[in-house]
Amino acid sequence: MVTLEDYKGQTPAWCPGCGNHSILKVFKEALVELAIEPGTFVIVSGIGQAGKFPHYLRCNAFNGLHGRTLPVATGIKLSSHDMLVIAVAGDGDCYGEGGNHLIHAIRRNIGVKLFVHDNQIYGLTKGQASPTSIEGMKTKTQPFGVLSEPLNPLSLAVALDCSFVARAYAGDQEHLKFIIKEAIRHRGFSLVDILQPCVTFNKVNTYGWYQKRVYHIEEGYNERDRFVAFEKSLEWGEKIPLGIIYRNERPTFEERMPVIKDRPLIEQEFDFEEVKKRIDSTLGEFY
Amino acid sequence: MDYTIKIGGEAGQGIQTIGDTISKVFSRMGYHVFTHQDYESRVRGGHNFYQVRLSETMVTSSRTQVDILVALDKESIKRHERELGPEGIIVYDASSLKERHDKPHFLDVPFNELSLKAGGSPIMANMVAIGAILGMIGINGDVLHSIIKETMGNKGEAILKQNIDAFIAGRDYAKANCLRCSFFSAPSSKPKMLIDVNEAIGLGAIASGCKFYTAYPMTPSTGILNFFSSKAEEYGIVVEQAEDEISAINMALGASYAGVRSMTGTSGGGFCLMVEGISLAGMTEIPIVVALAQRPAPATGLPTRTEQADLFLALHAGHGEFPRVIFAPGDPEQAFYLTNKAFDLSNKYQIPVFILTDQYLSDSRWTYLGFDLDALTYRAYRLKGDERVPETYKRFAYTEDGVSPLAIPGKGKYIVVVDSDEHDEEGHIIEDGETRRLMVEKRLFKKLPFIKKEMESPRLYGSERPDIVVIGWGSTYGIIKEAVDELAKRHSIAMLHFSEVYPFPYYTEGFMEALKRAKLTICVEQNGTNQFARLLKAETGFDIPVKINRYDGRPFLLEELIEVLNGHIGRL
Repeated sequence: MVTLEDYKGQTPAWCPGCGNHSILKVFKEALVELAIEPGTFVIVSGIGQAGKFPHYLRCNAFNGLHGRTLPVATGIKLSSHDMLVIAVAGDGDCYGEGGNHLIHAIRRNIGVKLFVHDNQIYGLTKGQASPTSIEGMKTKTQPFGVLSEPLNPLSLAVALDCSFVARAYAGDQEHLKFIIKEAIRHRGFSLVDILQPCVTFNKVNTYGWYQKRVYHIEEGYNERDRFVAFEKSLEWGEKIPLGIIYRNERPTFEERMPVIKDRPLIEQEFDFEEVKKRIDSTLGEFY
Repeated sequence: MDYTIKIGGEAGQGIQTIGDTISKVFSRMGYHVFTHQDYESRVRGGHNFYQVRLSETMVTSSRTQVDILVALDKESIKRHERELGPEGIIVYDASSLKERHDKPHFLDVPFNELSLKAGGSPIMANMVAIGAILGMIGINGDVLHSIIKETMGNKGEAILKQNIDAFIAGRDYAKANCLRCSFFSAPSSKPKMLIDVNEAIGLGAIASGCKFYTAYPMTPSTGILNFFSSKAEEYGIVVEQAEDEISAINMALGASYAGVRSMTGTSGGGFCLMVEGISLAGMTEIPIVVALAQRPAPATGLPTRTEQADLFLALHAGHGEFPRVIFAPGDPEQAFYLTNKAFDLSNKYQIPVFILTDQYLSDSRWTYLGFDLDALTYRAYRLKGDERVPETYKRFAYTEDGVSPLAIPGKGKYIVVVDSDEHDEEGHIIEDGETRRLMVEKRLFKKLPFIKKEMESPRLYGSERPDIVVIGWGSTYGIIKEAVDELAKRHSIAMLHFSEVYPFPYYTEGFMEALKRAKLTICVEQNGTNQFARLLKAETGFDIPVKINRYDGRPFLLEELIEVLNGHIGRL
């Protein structure tokens, strides 16, 4: 039996009150409830406050470069596709620096579960605007306020037919846990955008700000209808929906890759002598 | 027998088909072949050529003098007529070029008309041209039947027959009408292998256990991606065209972390995008092999031309200090073995290894009797599973040689933690100076002496106690070798060729003595700033006084290099 104690990691270096603490707590609980052993899966992260996440629970971890979480996770998944591969990123990390990779990971439908800690600000570099910062937000590096339209990751994902699209909120732990578990259980690529208040630098999108706006998506909502989902994904402002916005069961990238159909790449033992024999016959093609 | 056949024309006219096919005919007949290509960065039009050198002995470079010029357009005649040797012939189709040449060194072969007569379409005019070339040299070309069958696949007997008929029509026409042709063909012998460097790298990688190749297409490295793709199913290789080079290297690192031998390949511009990933490989100590096919730069440069100007880029790629290995094979055979060595060293020392080639090498084909597969090595360095890995496993454990056992994640109770931040033995983020110091020593200083010992000395070829030493690295191997062969008839001369470029081999083993003893040392480089000569000076203190550089994007040709070398030798 896996217990929370098995997941004890390093002591977090996040600010007191940071939304990341509750995400971490709930994440461990979800893993325990899903009976996932610490050694059996991997968390890939990039750089930013979210990037430190895998150090704070016991797991295989690849804390790579800023923005490059998804390519690393894709490489791991293609090599060892029976292993659970989780990607943890921030809004700057995943929607800014690594935006191109997000688009292509969704296109591939690689079976990676992506959790984006979206605090609508840059924390680690101390308070610059992020791709999801609201228009007009003044920061040290946006002296006239943010002049660009914020990125809507959920609409982007639905537009690309992402196979699992959800939003959760760090301040709503039970719901967050439910979403984490659903995302992990999903076969294909999952994008979970987690609203995460930054108590130090984001003075606009505070716990209070979110608390007033978030609501659980109503019963009877058809999360499999892409047009309905697109409409839902556009909701933002006075009312912010939490829940599974969209999902489908389209085949995953690893299922469609013929050479790993029968066995994960890592389980396909390399027989040097055998391969040499085959290389010998391949060389025959050059004569 | 030492003939040069040049096929010139616009992109899209089938120059490559003709060049590839006659090269295959020659090599299958047992002749030695060396080919090189010169083409523009466009799909149609412009001026391209394909040059094939044919001999009964090993040839490793292209010559200036042309014996048969196949002119598919007027431009080819205008540009290349002056390259024709005293016995040279220009073969062309007067009706399709809409110009007639009456000079004796022109042979009009009605490519189009003969192909239509043979029942084929104008597309088969190229088969007539192939026939004409072989007919001029007096080669019957029986092997062509099977070659056409192999390349055409199952397009049906009728089409196959039309092609053969077109070929025969061209061959017989040339035989009957080329009264001035004085070419002879040496007796054929055992079939030779015809291979280019990108194929050799792919083969070397597959033989080394590479199971994952990801890249973004970029000339001249795309051939490696094509080769891996063509062998993906047969050898069970995951090949993925990444969205960009940044993704390519990070995917490859992810695969390598997961326990799969992986590789990526690109050219200069793409390599620049990979550079942060290379630094990541340095910090996380994840094995990775990267092929860097050089082309003239900066920026987009000359996409389809050649240069050796990215040595310093490879040498310094990635912020910070970490060990790396750089190989620069001189031909496909070296590329095959060095790729094998690249995988072994990258996995043994958990470091990035770069294989530097260039457009000239990528687009040249060479012939060999075969490759020796027993010269390949494979050693598994990974730990996998519970029984060998304790639960307390530390990814970056301090060891005598700096190499920490590398376990495969997800296969036991242990965990494998890697971090791009400076980290402790377990892989977790640290801030303290002492751990930092120990980690730098572990991954850099402890490993370096061992890696350096793995580097082979450069190859000294020619006179054993040479007065003149011509130094080169990478793709200039074949051309310098032949130039030295020619000059050795009158001088005490040798080539010193480096294919294992960095870390610089220990220089106590003799080659430094050859350099110091020589009266004249000359470094030949396909770049403007003598990057290799400067590396050699930095590593050994030896200053090569004479440098020959070429940076117009074109390769050295044999006669040209001999002339330049002679100029320097004359001043001795």
